[in-house]
Amino acid sequence: MARWHWFPVALVVALAVTLVFLVLPVVAIFVNTTPGDLISSLGDQTSLDALRLSLETSAIALALILAIGTPAAYLLATREFRGRALLTTLIEVPLVLPPAVAGIGLLAALGPHGIVGEPAKLHLVLETAGVVVALTFVASPFYVRQAQAAFGALDPSLLEASRTLGAGEARTFTRVAIPTAAPGLAAGAALAWGRALGEFGATLMFAGSLRGVTQTAPLAIFERFATDFPAALALSAVLVAVSGALLLGVKLVARSDADTGLLARARA
Amino acid sequence: MRGAALAIAASAVLVAGCGSGNSGKPQLTVFAATSLKNAFQSYGDSFTPARVRFSFAGSDELAAQIRQGSAPDVYAAANTKLPQQLFAKKLVGRPVVFAANRLVLAVPAGATKVRSIDDVARPGVKLAIGSPSVPVGSYTRQVLTHLGAAESAAILKNVKSEEPDVGGVVGKLTQGAVDAGLVYITDVTATKGRLKAIELPARLEPVVRYGIAVVRGTPNATEAQRFIAGLTSGAGKSDLLAAGFAEAP
Repeated sequence: MARWHWFPVALVVALAVTLVFLVLPVVAIFVNTTPGDLISSLGDQTSLDALRLSLETSAIALALILAIGTPAAYLLATREFRGRALLTTLIEVPLVLPPAVAGIGLLAALGPHGIVGEPAKLHLVLETAGVVVALTFVASPFYVRQAQAAFGALDPSLLEASRTLGAGEARTFTRVAIPTAAPGLAAGAALAWGRALGEFGATLMFAGSLRGVTQTAPLAIFERFATDFPAALALSAVLVAVSGALLLGVKLVARSDADTGLLARARA
Repeated sequence: MRGAALAIAASAVLVAGCGSGNSGKPQLTVFAATSLKNAFQSYGDSFTPARVRFSFAGSDELAAQIRQGSAPDVYAAANTKLPQQLFAKKLVGRPVVFAANRLVLAVPAGATKVRSIDDVARPGVKLAIGSPSVPVGSYTRQVLTHLGAAESAAILKNVKSEEPDVGGVVGKLTQGAVDAGLVYITDVTATKGRLKAIELPARLEPVVRYGIAVVRGTPNATEAQRFIAGLTSGAGKSDLLAAGFAEAP
């Protein structure tokens, strides 16, 4: 009677196919890159400029996303109000936008002829600030969505207890809600940061590509691909390593934060 | 099990549908330089021996894809150097020159900030050009070397974006992100009056020739050859001339 075995087997096969499909391209990048390529890629000033710009702009974007996205997600998660589902959906729209559409939209809104950009005389296009805007636009839904879920999963009685003990709304938010939701927030931050580091299309359309000013690592990789595939691979490997390290770091920090948060509550 | 089998069958049908279709005509995949877009699309619509699908991008990106194993049927570039390089690597057949174009300085219609290439060297003028590896960027750099070191340096200082293909330069211009850009005359024509072309002085103008070749190993070599033949004498040639290209000398 092997009949009832097929379903677990199918699940395992599905997981195996998913893993191979998702991991293979990343493995291939490293298999095809010699350590010499990696080192010479790191020694190349254009690559270094692109990596530095990517780290700076994505860090600024992440800071903006955390500062504004966290309270916004908290409001969405903890208050019942009319149109909440609609708002949540609107915030998620950039998730499903093709990057080129995001770029066009940003131009139409904030570009020199944009509906806000023209009257407000914004100078974002072809500037480093424009890169930050593009990254923030495409990456923030990844964080807000995750943060909303994390806050939504908090035990309401925990927040209630904090208020009853006289902590007040703001203190409850900063001292109870954020530390307790930290693992979820960190996961969202890691996703958003990864998305920002990898952004290509919206950046190219909105901010252009100029070394040291708007040429982030993905744009440098694309440019390199046209002339020098091994160098493009090497820079890709560096970007994968940097992104991986950042994501891991964020998750580790969040884990220790969550632990101390729990300890603090246990002591209280 | 039946459900799974159905799902597999359905996806097999889908995959087959994406592949060759059911019209019986062979499918021709043409990698072509961004600047060829309008001319090639109308030629492709009227081309009867095969259904034609295009991938338009910077000639250098397309060549890189072919070097990495991408196998279209035809490769058309905005220069002769890239097809020659692929020919030397035995990736494409012997290229032919099928069209000529002109590099111009483009500005938004009605703008008065830039009236000549010398104006582009003035401080505060914003310029978009092609990246060094894409043909339009390499022609641009030829112009700069003829201008002399001081003026060339002043112009490079004003470059605000190095775009991966000429479409990017046109986009930055039509969006008002820059005051001027170096593009082909055909790109200005294609914007239907939104951009204005300023001719370069004759001594600066680079020779712009387009090369095309059949990709080695294609099963559709006959149709690919006919596609190319129609560009040098046929419907494709009319489409090229209508888009503003010149006959290849």
